[in-house]
Amino acid sequence: MSAPAGLPPRPAAAAAAFSPGGPGSSLEAAARAGGAPRCQNGPMQSQMQLPSGYGSHLPNYSAPSGHYSQVPNKAAASHLDNQYRASYYPGYYSAPAQNVMTSVGSNVLNAQESHQLYNNTPPHSGGSSDRPVQGAVSSASYLHVSAQPSYSAFDNHYSTSVSSSVASQGFARNSDHYAMPVVSGAMYPNVSYPPVAAGGVYGQTFTSQSLPAVGQFKETNAFSSQSTSVPHSLQQHVPMGYNTTLSTVSSAQAVQDNLSRNLTGSVPKVNNQINTGGIDSSQPVHSVSQNVPFTKPGVGTSASSAVMSSVRSPAPSLSSKPPSSPSVTQSPELALQEGMQYGGYVNNQASSAPAPLSSSSDDEEEDEEDEEAALDSSSTTSSASPVLNNYDALEGGGYPETRSVTSSPVPSPSVVQTSKASKPFGYGYPALQPGYQNATPPTPQYPGVNQLSSSLGGLSLQHSQQPESLRPVNLTHDRNILPVSSVPAPVPNLNSDLRKLNCSPDSFRCTLTNIPQTQALLNKAKLPLGLLLHPFRDLTQLPVITSSTIVRCRSCRTYINPFVSFIDQRRWKCNLCYRVNDEEFMYNPLTRSYGEPHKRPEVQNSTVEFIASSDYMLRPPQPAVYLFVLDVSHNAVEAGYLTILCQSLLENLDKLPGDSRTRIGFITFDSTVQFYNLQEGLSQPQMLIVSDIDDIFLPTPDSLLVNLHESKELIKDLLNALPNMFTNTRETHSALGPALQAAFKLMSPTGGRISVFQTQLPSLGAGLLHSREDPNQRSSTKVVQHLGPATDFYKKLALDCSGQQTAVDLFLLSSQYSDLASLACMSKYSAGCIYYYPSFHRSHNPAQAEKLQKDLKRYLTRKIGFEAVMRIRCTKGLSIHTFHGNFFVRSTDLLSLANVNPDAGYAVQMSIEESLTDTSLVCFQTALLYTSSKGERRIRVHTLCLPVVSSLSDVYAGADVQAVVCLLANMAVDRSVSSSLADARDALVNAVVDSLSAYMSTASNLQQSMLVAPNSLKLFPLYILALLKQKAFRTGTSTRLDDRVYAMCQMKSQPLVHLMKMIHPNLYRIDKLTDESTIHVNDRVVPQPPLQKLSAEKLTREGAFLMDCGSIFYLWIGKNCDNNFIKDVLGYPNYASVPQKMTQLPEVDAPSSERTRSFISWLRDSRPLSPVLQVIKDENPAKTDFFQHLIEDRTEAAFSYYEFLLNIQQQICK
Amino acid sequence: MESVVFIFSLIDCCALIFLSVYFIITLSDLECDYINARSCCSKLNKWVVPEVIGHAVVTVLMLISLHWFIFLLNLPVATWNIYRYIMVPSGNMGVFDPTEIHNRGQLKSHMKEAMIKLGFHLLCFFMYLYSMILALIND
Repeated sequence: MSAPAGLPPRPAAAAAAFSPGGPGSSLEAAARAGGAPRCQNGPMQSQMQLPSGYGSHLPNYSAPSGHYSQVPNKAAASHLDNQYRASYYPGYYSAPAQNVMTSVGSNVLNAQESHQLYNNTPPHSGGSSDRPVQGAVSSASYLHVSAQPSYSAFDNHYSTSVSSSVASQGFARNSDHYAMPVVSGAMYPNVSYPPVAAGGVYGQTFTSQSLPAVGQFKETNAFSSQSTSVPHSLQQHVPMGYNTTLSTVSSAQAVQDNLSRNLTGSVPKVNNQINTGGIDSSQPVHSVSQNVPFTKPGVGTSASSAVMSSVRSPAPSLSSKPPSSPSVTQSPELALQEGMQYGGYVNNQASSAPAPLSSSSDDEEEDEEDEEAALDSSSTTSSASPVLNNYDALEGGGYPETRSVTSSPVPSPSVVQTSKASKPFGYGYPALQPGYQNATPPTPQYPGVNQLSSSLGGLSLQHSQQPESLRPVNLTHDRNILPVSSVPAPVPNLNSDLRKLNCSPDSFRCTLTNIPQTQALLNKAKLPLGLLLHPFRDLTQLPVITSSTIVRCRSCRTYINPFVSFIDQRRWKCNLCYRVNDEEFMYNPLTRSYGEPHKRPEVQNSTVEFIASSDYMLRPPQPAVYLFVLDVSHNAVEAGYLTILCQSLLENLDKLPGDSRTRIGFITFDSTVQFYNLQEGLSQPQMLIVSDIDDIFLPTPDSLLVNLHESKELIKDLLNALPNMFTNTRETHSALGPALQAAFKLMSPTGGRISVFQTQLPSLGAGLLHSREDPNQRSSTKVVQHLGPATDFYKKLALDCSGQQTAVDLFLLSSQYSDLASLACMSKYSAGCIYYYPSFHRSHNPAQAEKLQKDLKRYLTRKIGFEAVMRIRCTKGLSIHTFHGNFFVRSTDLLSLANVNPDAGYAVQMSIEESLTDTSLVCFQTALLYTSSKGERRIRVHTLCLPVVSSLSDVYAGADVQAVVCLLANMAVDRSVSSSLADARDALVNAVVDSLSAYMSTASNLQQSMLVAPNSLKLFPLYILALLKQKAFRTGTSTRLDDRVYAMCQMKSQPLVHLMKMIHPNLYRIDKLTDESTIHVNDRVVPQPPLQKLSAEKLTREGAFLMDCGSIFYLWIGKNCDNNFIKDVLGYPNYASVPQKMTQLPEVDAPSSERTRSFISWLRDSRPLSPVLQVIKDENPAKTDFFQHLIEDRTEAAFSYYEFLLNIQQQICK
Repeated sequence: MESVVFIFSLIDCCALIFLSVYFIITLSDLECDYINARSCCSKLNKWVVPEVIGHAVVTVLMLISLHWFIFLLNLPVATWNIYRYIMVPSGNMGVFDPTEIHNRGQLKSHMKEAMIKLGFHLLCFFMYLYSMILALIND
């Protein structure tokens, strides 16, 4: 209506706008030239530091705290607990305890050994680059202890992929092959791969595995012996420890990083499969393996011209062995032949290795194998007796596999043993706590990876007896079902080669690791089938492939992957649609030969990244474009977020991902929309005001989005001026809708990212919203309304944006209701992300301010992919029927992601449309095509392979409880929006009731009076209860609508690891951290306290507890907490003097302080958004939040865990 | 008079048949990925109201002209149409929502619904045709 006030860029107007603050405010901006900013920086920075000085603000805050105190508190809860504790603890734990103790003891030993090893190793490996060393060390220690997954050194999920102990065993088994090396070798060239029927190869292997292990006992021995024989494992592992790539040589790792782009000649995986498959069935493990060493060494040495030998740092004992092992570079021919013979493991390793290395790797492997074999034999004898003790270790050994992409054949034997041995073990948990700490060293490696194992976890077992994961657990009797450390992801019951190649559970998880054959079977199991994806996760190791042709199936367009079968040298059969494709592999620069498809990295790794050619572009790759849309109404200025944002932006301006084309722009809005002309050459930024919000238009066609590098000074000027520009504004309205429309217009030619900062309900123009929340209904137990959007404006806008490759990220910083349910749509459908800071105030709520600061840092600097699409393919017979996450579903299997970020997770529900009886394996593949911030078009491909089973018990054995719970959470969110919250809650409870009753009806020998769950699902009821008490789904407790909706948004968009922490936080006791049971990360010692139940019963007044809720840490201090702890760790003389609002731990030079800080920072390092620490003592306002997370306790409105179990039992009996 | 009613019904029914066919074609285009969800839904949503009206008119007409059997036959379908239109959540872009059409088998159920309607309209078509001829003869 009103004429476009600022339409023509009028310098005068700009100046006026810039100095609204009156004389006092420092609006030099108008007057200032380019050089000025520095002066301004001074004041700005001082402002920013406020957060750290929170102390000063404390007084203000205390007022609000008052009303919190009434909230139900621990006293009540603990009382309850005690009651039920009495009835709850059957005294039978003690008996098994003894067993446990012994095993523990051994563990400790091992652990110590590993320690030593660890220390020793580094010097040896000195020759190689830092990275490799680390890897080596970690793997070494790891192996050593085998049971105790000390992943410490691994930076990443990836690194873990190769499990050392496993590998070694694998070798032992392989040794069978060696017995007839001649034959195989001779055969290889001619035979190539025997044409097996579809999946035939796999099938064979598979079955062979599932055969009752004839040689179990022997194998076990070998295994244990291996674990004891550290040195060997060391050697092997070092290379193996390397990431997904599986490259054997640690040095190779380093090289790989650099070279990863090159195609590396890789050893044929298929070969491995075939060889091992056939061979596996014959079980004469040990004797053969012994022989091997003799024959082999000669070969290995002769073949290898040891180039890289320095890489392996053999432990002293190892040194005696033929040094040849490391030899990386060999004559390609030799490598080829020999490598082929030896088959799988070696080959796999080689695959990822950088081009030059690849050929030689085979030889290496041989050598390694020899060594191993030798070791095995020797170790067998020596260690035979300790087998029992090693169970722990064995179990642990098995685990690594779980998490690791690559698993080795070993697992089966180890598993079997576990099942026998572990029963007592499991029960022993409660009694043993102290011992345990030592014994099970910290599995929890990299937080990102949740799955390390606790010894109990859901191993997916194979045959013989009852697999561990099926062991019935009486839920009402077993109180301590939590693992000592994080819950492991179950390992698919696959043949070892496939397991080794499989995708990391961090990126790709399936709710059922054993896929039921038919939909009928799936229905019987009453568990949801689906995938949880974290496709764009930050990876430290990722094979990147540049190739003129990207090999894909001709009919279904599946990317070639490790699970295809090669029919002969020239053809391969797609594992998704079973089409036979002609070989398209061209010249391999590494081996200088044609063909040899199996050596290609894409056939060696289930996670790879291709650099795509122009065929994969609809237009030239877009530049990185960032647009910030900022609320500057009175409310926003009052909250003070602008200061934090501008400061973060100034700090991270150079770190914004992008190249020389990066562009940036700013829009602010209150009741009008203001644009900023930052055209290079201007002496200062110009503000252009458009007040015609009903028909928004862009005041100038260009120069609103400017090149970051060319206009940097102007941008800095603007950022310095912005926080003060609106200090005296009286504008309370917010025209968010028009501002977004303007932003869309601005971005539509290029695409990019719009970051919206909003602090209140939009009240003007298109997309205005009205308050829908009735505060009196917050704690209603009946109906929760308004979970869905009020208008389709934001959805339409999001779809428009998505169509123009623009994502909208929403930062909602509000103190009152802002209808997140409606606003969130703008991010949900444009593949953006949502951040919400309830009751944000820069000075009154320092914790939120600090969180915003940290989140912004991550947000601005994290990786980003533009104009992305993700396609999820699965084996014929399966189909996807629902997607969860932030994106727009463009066609049945194609998700359109305008932006993709490393913190986004996705979930997919699947159904089985055709019976899978013809196949023994199914595969899932996600391909994420995106433009990197450097303007490269890339495709990241993950492939997951899972076995098909036909019996119900196998389905239960393979259930991945965490994935199931996360998928259910996603489904429940949908349900509560489309139907009602009560429905969703019922559905969650029914999911437990149905699946447990279905399980109990299959297990005939169970007494009906007990509530029994398979071991794999023993945490299911607990997690569901946690979900019911989660903000998103709870009833009866006062929950603000926006909080609830935000929790729901997070459920849909968080990857599994983070979601699990949200649902079921981790509780640790940290006042007695010891140096026992620690892991080493980057030369830091990180203590590993055991997980505690989330119950007030565990909180003692003498202790201090840390609760890790994912986005926030609570540090609860008991009233009678040791003064030394308070003094050392918190820096205050006694309990009373600890301030109410404390968000940082001081650096005190005391061991307990160091331990605590290293533990906390280790937890922090594991996640993208660094959580804020809140110290809680009694009578602290945050106390309620803390106690709300103690989900095993009863609250006024919800069951305790025990009551919940009884409730379930009742429903089952009905 | 009666013949006029049936002639009108017949024409209306033809239109509805064409509409059903159009729905089916568009949905199957979406299924085969020939068009994207956004354009598919905006195309279809345009025709939801005409369909509701078209069917409601016939139903009312039958009621007025006291053809009870045909009225009762049409009633459930007309009710369903109106119900479906009314029950669209406020945040959705219409009966067909591009963000949800690929979820929870919605596409399939829409397809099924369109098929059933097509069958129903064909049935009605012949019924009206028969009634019309009968009415014309009687006249």
